[in-house]
Amino acid sequence: MVKGRMLQGARAMAEMCALCRPKVISAYPITPQTLIVEELSQIVADGDLEAEFINVEGEHSAASVVLGAAAVGVRVFTCSSSQGLLLMSEVIFNIAGMRLPVVMICVNRSVSAPLNIWNDQQDSIIMRDSGWIQLYAENNEETCDLLLQAHKIAEDHRVMLPAMVCCDGYVLPHAYEIVDLPSQAEVDAFLPPYDPIYKLDIDNPTTMGAFADPEKYMETRYMIQETMKKSLSVIEEVARDFGSSFGRSSYGLFEKYRVDDASTVVVALGSMAGTIKDVVDELRDQGEKVGILRLICYRPFPKEALYEALSAAENIVIMEKDISLGGSGAVATDMRAVFYGREACPRISGFILGLGGRDITVDDIKTTISKAQHQVADADFVGLKEDLELEGING
Amino acid sequence: MKITLGTVTHPGGSRVNKTGSWRTASKPRFKHQACVACDVCALVCPEGCIFGTGQNTYYANEDYCKGCGICAQVCPVHDIEMIPEADEDG
Repeated sequence: MVKGRMLQGARAMAEMCALCRPKVISAYPITPQTLIVEELSQIVADGDLEAEFINVEGEHSAASVVLGAAAVGVRVFTCSSSQGLLLMSEVIFNIAGMRLPVVMICVNRSVSAPLNIWNDQQDSIIMRDSGWIQLYAENNEETCDLLLQAHKIAEDHRVMLPAMVCCDGYVLPHAYEIVDLPSQAEVDAFLPPYDPIYKLDIDNPTTMGAFADPEKYMETRYMIQETMKKSLSVIEEVARDFGSSFGRSSYGLFEKYRVDDASTVVVALGSMAGTIKDVVDELRDQGEKVGILRLICYRPFPKEALYEALSAAENIVIMEKDISLGGSGAVATDMRAVFYGREACPRISGFILGLGGRDITVDDIKTTISKAQHQVADADFVGLKEDLELEGING
Repeated sequence: MKITLGTVTHPGGSRVNKTGSWRTASKPRFKHQACVACDVCALVCPEGCIFGTGQNTYYANEDYCKGCGICAQVCPVHDIEMIPEADEDG
């Protein structure tokens, strides 16, 4: 018998959030995140979670509310997408700089203009430099699993950094899947109450996020950079703990699917890995040595672990739903840096797919893999409509 | 000096940052002639670095004063003037 319940992704994520017992939740509705915070506000209104749900006039305020609440020393949660996350961005950087273990879900959506409410991963990728840990989920159950782990990782005294769990808009929160949520007792045993190192306390006053002049600021950045590197092992440790506590595996930094003897390895984040795995199976049946490495932890970027996992490959094919316009895809850029000047030097190609909700088809993936086996590609757009006249380009 | 996570410090910990060095051209001189101790200069000072306890006692702490000149502008009895940074008698 299958364990779990048939749940809409957003409902499952809201229930998992409540199981983590946040004391303060603040969010502002934005498509496609809205369902999650609607469910959460209902859970709080029904008295099923003892928390303050603070309504605000925009995402900058929502992020500021959870920053303040985390500074007072309680577990917090927020959630956003796209323009909402961009409006939060000033506070996103402050939360990391103040070393507050805020946890949020980013429901991935494209960025305007033109206005588009569908999925890609541009919004969270923009935040890669902020000092937040970023974990990308493939399905609804994994989003819930990573949400629980994110609190434990972020609040670990060796880390004390915020964490963003990213899930693909519509593809996940709007879809019904079977999700096996743990019981409250199991969550409580896995995730102890938040124990802040510093907090705002009227009996023991402190100043937080204070001014740092050129004599000190650089050290604060160095501290986060070094902590990011050390947090790689904490992320792996928490994933192992999760596996032994809940009886199903959690992959930690990345998931390898038929990678070990593969000459061509696709690297991708999030839900499109599901389709890619099907393609990998099909190509394997035809005798091609293909695999996929699904990157879960994008920040910190697990450079050494990736080098180890991929150094035997001949071709690395990065498929990503983001682009640094005028440059390359973010993941491809990072991946090339892993291998530069090292002994192993696989051919690394970068492809841009699925922007603004464009379907990523089995044929797209096959064509992409085949192309990368013959030439090096950099920021190649896959799945463009050839019949469209593009002013300034071909018309 | 220890830099804590998130630069958490004790209240007033930012006082170690002597930001008066950002002053570029001029600084206030309190003449101490016509002062009526109205306290307006201290109230409007954006840095909160003007102090005084009675007539002709007000002064700006030059460790933090940015030389904006608001105190000199608002003084109802014109008892504050802005003088070149190099002048001794601040």
